[in-house]
Amino acid sequence: MPHSAGEKHRVVRRAGLVLAPWAGILILWYAIHYSGLVNPALVPTPHDVAARFGELAGQRLPRDIWMSTQRVFLGVTFGILLAVPVGFVLGWYREVRGFIDPLINFFRALPPIALIPLVIVYFGVDELAKIVILFYASFFAGVIVMYEGIAQISPIYVRVARTLGATDSEIFLKVIVPLTVPHTLTALRVALGVAWATLVASELIAAQQGLGSLIQNAASFFQLDIIYVGIICIGFIALTMDLLLRKLSRRLIAWQERIA
Amino acid sequence: MSAKGEKAVRIAFDRVSVEFPAANGALKVVDDVSYEIRDREFVSVIGPSGCGKTTMMSIVAGFMQPSGGSVRLDGRPVTGPGPDRGVIFQEYGVFPWLTVRENIAFGLRLKANAVSEAERRQICDRYMGLMGLADFADAWPRMLSGGMRQRLALARAYAVKPEFLLMDEPFGALDAQTRSAMQDLLLDVLQAERKTVMLITHSVEEAIYLSSRIIVMTARPTRIREVIDVPFGYPREEKLHESPEFGALRSHIRDLVMKEYAAQALQTRPAH
Repeated sequence: MPHSAGEKHRVVRRAGLVLAPWAGILILWYAIHYSGLVNPALVPTPHDVAARFGELAGQRLPRDIWMSTQRVFLGVTFGILLAVPVGFVLGWYREVRGFIDPLINFFRALPPIALIPLVIVYFGVDELAKIVILFYASFFAGVIVMYEGIAQISPIYVRVARTLGATDSEIFLKVIVPLTVPHTLTALRVALGVAWATLVASELIAAQQGLGSLIQNAASFFQLDIIYVGIICIGFIALTMDLLLRKLSRRLIAWQERIA
Repeated sequence: MSAKGEKAVRIAFDRVSVEFPAANGALKVVDDVSYEIRDREFVSVIGPSGCGKTTMMSIVAGFMQPSGGSVRLDGRPVTGPGPDRGVIFQEYGVFPWLTVRENIAFGLRLKANAVSEAERRQICDRYMGLMGLADFADAWPRMLSGGMRQRLALARAYAVKPEFLLMDEPFGALDAQTRSAMQDLLLDVLQAERKTVMLITHSVEEAIYLSSRIIVMTARPTRIREVIDVPFGYPREEKLHESPEFGALRSHIRDLVMKEYAAQALQTRPAH
């Protein structure tokens, strides 16, 4: 395998392809700022935002990122811990699905933001309240993915395992669990996406720290550049988590046709 | 060779009938079928689609119970699936999350047929060799062709040393060339390790080429229309297809089956 020059060339090419759309966005951003079509005061330049980022990085930003990440992590963890068994039962037992399905769809349709006043009443304004909102969002996002996936598992694998002499517990551990892994990972990815999207809403609940509260505070003082910093941070953290998760998926479900 | 009287009865259908609950009363699928499959026979069951052949095999496999009568294996009624009966499905059913070797080893890691690691390795190697999968030991099933997947399913079934092989349209999803190659492979494997075989098929040629005996079933509710002894010994070769006896048998069975298809078509015409 010739891998020196050709390989290097390929890596450079690939890096270029990955970076190109980001560069495109930066160019577009500058173009809008300088085009005269919008009031430049309403669109801070990328370098203004970068400068603000540098400044905040020495102040509250690390703490904000930490708090937000922690909330998302806890909310998603609890949400998925519940979504996996519930989604499994709904997907595996057709009879249960019939009457639980409407219930799930009812709650799933409620936007987490609409629940905030109730959550404040029942859970106060502490960490718990924010985690409850994120838990809610991740659970319902995850449970749907989970049970749709499980419902599509072909019963033939269980039949084959039985004909080979597998007991019920062996079927569960050696057939059902491996078949559940890809759906769990997909549920996790979807839940993470939804949780980051709900984060700002959950931090509306009188949060002192967190990227959502950073954005909220900045909004009250019309500090647009800080709002941009907050939004970009949320985007990049979500992207990083998704990349890590995909890496994990690739390792766990190498057998699948398509990597989720 | 058709079985002699002294060979032991392995699978016995005793007045088996099956009814499924339907909108307007019960739908009778299998009607009072009695038949005995003897040791190391290769019995093919042929009949119109949807007549109830698969139902008969499902009872032997232990996936379902008859509504009336019984199926006995070596004299004992079937109570559920077990490693004594290897089942091969049309959809292969190879485990996509396991490699070729792991698929074959699956049954050997179960409590029911636990063997030592060395023995497991040896059994896997043996069947990978026999089924032509040796070069694909660590491949995922998604990388395999349909024929290879079915060979893998066969290797996995053979690994736990079943007494019986139950096959439901095993080559139905394969193209004509692969199908023919698989038939020869199956004959070779059976020559190496003889089993008592029950094969469900739609193909008259396949039934004649592989079996020692053929049961032609009627349209639903299915009964035995005719039992045919196949007058060819083993091993068999491709050119058997061209022999005049093969041709005569083929047209006779085709006639029977076509009549049943016609009967079935009449039956399923919308009622008024």
